[in-house]
Amino acid sequence: MKAKLKVENVFKIFGDAPQDAVERLKRGEDKKTILEQTGQTVGVQDVSFEVPEASIFVVMGLSGSGKSTLVRMLNGLIKPSSGSILIDGDDVASCSAETLRNIRRNKIAMVFQHFALFPHKSVLENAAYGLKVKGVSAAERRKRGLEALERVGLDGYAESLPSALSGGMQQRVGLARGLATEPQILLMDEPFGALDPLIRREMQDELLALQKSLRKTIIFITHDLNEALLLGDRIAIMKDGRFVQVGTAQEIVANPADDYVAAFVADIDRGRVFTAETVANAPESVQLATDTAETAMQSMEDLNRNALYVLDGEEIAGVVTYQDLSTAVRENNGDLASALITDFPSVEGDAHLNTLYGPASAGLPIAVTDETNRLVGVVEPEAVFAQLSGDETSQGETPADTAPVAPARTVAPETA
Amino acid sequence: MSPSDFLMIPFSDWVNILVREWIVPNFRPFFRALQVPVSSVLNWLDAFFNFVPMVAFTAVLALIAYKTAGRGVAIFTLVALCFIDMIGLWPETMTTLSMILTSVFFCVVIGVPVGILAARSDRLWKITRPVLDIMQTIPSFVYLVPIVMLFGVGMAPGIIATIIFALPPIIRLTNLGIRNVRGDLIEAAEAFGSTPWQMLWEVQFPLALRTIMAGLNQTLMLALSMVVIAALIGAGGLGLTVYTGLGRLDVGGATAGGVGIVLLAIILDRITQALGEQQQVKTVSLRQTFASLFRLRAAPAGETRSAG
Ligand SMILES: Nc1ncnc2c1ncn2[C@@H]1O[C@H](COP(=O)(O)OP(=O)(O)OP(=O)(O)O)[C@@H](O)[C@H]1O
Ligand SMILES: [Mg+2]
Repeated sequence: MKAKLKVENVFKIFGDAPQDAVERLKRGEDKKTILEQTGQTVGVQDVSFEVPEASIFVVMGLSGSGKSTLVRMLNGLIKPSSGSILIDGDDVASCSAETLRNIRRNKIAMVFQHFALFPHKSVLENAAYGLKVKGVSAAERRKRGLEALERVGLDGYAESLPSALSGGMQQRVGLARGLATEPQILLMDEPFGALDPLIRREMQDELLALQKSLRKTIIFITHDLNEALLLGDRIAIMKDGRFVQVGTAQEIVANPADDYVAAFVADIDRGRVFTAETVANAPESVQLATDTAETAMQSMEDLNRNALYVLDGEEIAGVVTYQDLSTAVRENNGDLASALITDFPSVEGDAHLNTLYGPASAGLPIAVTDETNRLVGVVEPEAVFAQLSGDETSQGETPADTAPVAPARTVAPETA
Repeated sequence: MSPSDFLMIPFSDWVNILVREWIVPNFRPFFRALQVPVSSVLNWLDAFFNFVPMVAFTAVLALIAYKTAGRGVAIFTLVALCFIDMIGLWPETMTTLSMILTSVFFCVVIGVPVGILAARSDRLWKITRPVLDIMQTIPSFVYLVPIVMLFGVGMAPGIIATIIFALPPIIRLTNLGIRNVRGDLIEAAEAFGSTPWQMLWEVQFPLALRTIMAGLNQTLMLALSMVVIAALIGAGGLGLTVYTGLGRLDVGGATAGGVGIVLLAIILDRITQALGEQQQVKTVSLRQTFASLFRLRAAPAGETRSAG
């Protein structure tokens, strides 16, 4: 995928001698020493990253770590002390005022922490502000402004003033304002930071739902790691103006780069980070037409599993357990179909573990399917709980796409 | 023993030389030319107000008062203007009103742009602020003399003195209003690619309008307070009535003029204050506010009006 936004070795020093501070940083002095010795504040130091088109890049860090400074440099509200910021090849850090204005009008929009809605303009006028600035005609502005409001579910409030709306609704207007100009890049500086936890969750889900159809390149700032893990395709953890780790949610949670990151990761909701794929076993199965109860039991013994999925050609026919099969052999002459449980739990590979509690409670292995409903993996219920508890040693499962290695587990799970 | 025993500084001589021998001969034509726009606006307004029949003027002003400030002020306006007419000061009042409106017009034309520029540049504000301080602290009598020397006597010099005296508040409050616009709103406007003009017109000015209106109100009041002083250098109207009354020890005449000034001041103060307060209710946009002044029907339902 093509990089929409490319940031290279960006520094930002607040003070009157930024170059001196940049030199000191390159020599390895830290933010605190530089502030004490020179009075210069390091905002951002040596940050480089790329954001591919249509993905969400989250920057996460504590207060004062330089997140706002970084995101404001991306649309030129703050000029970097050194380094370059390329949007489709134009360097925001050094282009002319005219070019910068055009980039802001057409390519990059921003959503603010405290909404920053214009109190003297109606909701519709707010949403259409970017269009007005661009010189779009009044009728067209109205149409596109209403479309944007509709997307965030606020078209009924077009003529209200922002002050008449609740915080969550105001931020929807902020989002609509950002979407109305149809920018490719959306900068969001702690957009949900000022909202109540419940509204915040709602907005997060809504953003994800919107992103499915909008496919914007989003740079999202937050100080909440759960939010970062939920939203980010890639996440950067920032400290003292520097990126200490960049990776996917799973990479960061599974392998924190240092104690700072580890401290964050310690109390996050792992169920929202890891997906079914990460704990799935290889999609071993037996065929309904060709296998018998005996051969199925034999496979289970070989694989050291208590249950196996049964396929009818490519389709999943159901699941059989060792226990049911042994009963079947005794009573029904080993008919595989008679022991078949057709009401089996199934999830998609990208389902988060927190959605697996229900399916796992049946005690049966969960079928992991792809979009054509074919079996691509099997999740043992206890693997879900092992991953959730963060217990690395019991996390013996390998992802479905690597060679299957049967776990050496002997204790059978209770079958209901 | 004191320093003056050793050295006397001929300060007043210096000023005399500076003004008489340098500024007056070299710049008099320039200062005379400055009077031209002032005189033409004044003449136009004066002709207009003296042409409009008293009854029509009273009705219109009462209506404006009703639309902006409510019924009480409207009734007061009606009664006060009738009273002024009945004590025989109608022409003088109209002359004073046109002088004041001329001064305020130029104060706005000069003060608002200067205030906006000062708000955009810290350096300009550093220069502007002490100048405003000086303008406000010099007693107005002090600059009457140089004004007479440069501009002569008459209506226009009187108005120029008034402009100088009344200008500071509108500059100060325009600067303050623009500077107080929330930083994140400025950032938002900028982030969507506003030009500096769009920023000013779409965001800064509308949000600063209430403060600017407060400045306008103060400027208007200061201009009114200069009415009598301006009469000293030949301006007419109610100020002249008071001034001649004083000269002839005619208590009745002076008091009548004074009452006229006070009544005019109260009417103008209430109306401009109410105009400023309308901005507090954020439902009314800049255009609507001005439009509402000319609308004869009651405001459409749903548009919340200022209650106070
Ligand atoms: N205009 C400025 N002048 C001087 N120093 C500044 C300025 N803006 C930010 N800083 C400093 O730069 C550092 C980074 O600030 P920044 O606002 O980017 O942090 P942040 O991560 O966004 O924090 P928060 O979560 O509180 O918003 C801080 O040390 C701050 O004091
Ligand atoms: Mg911030």
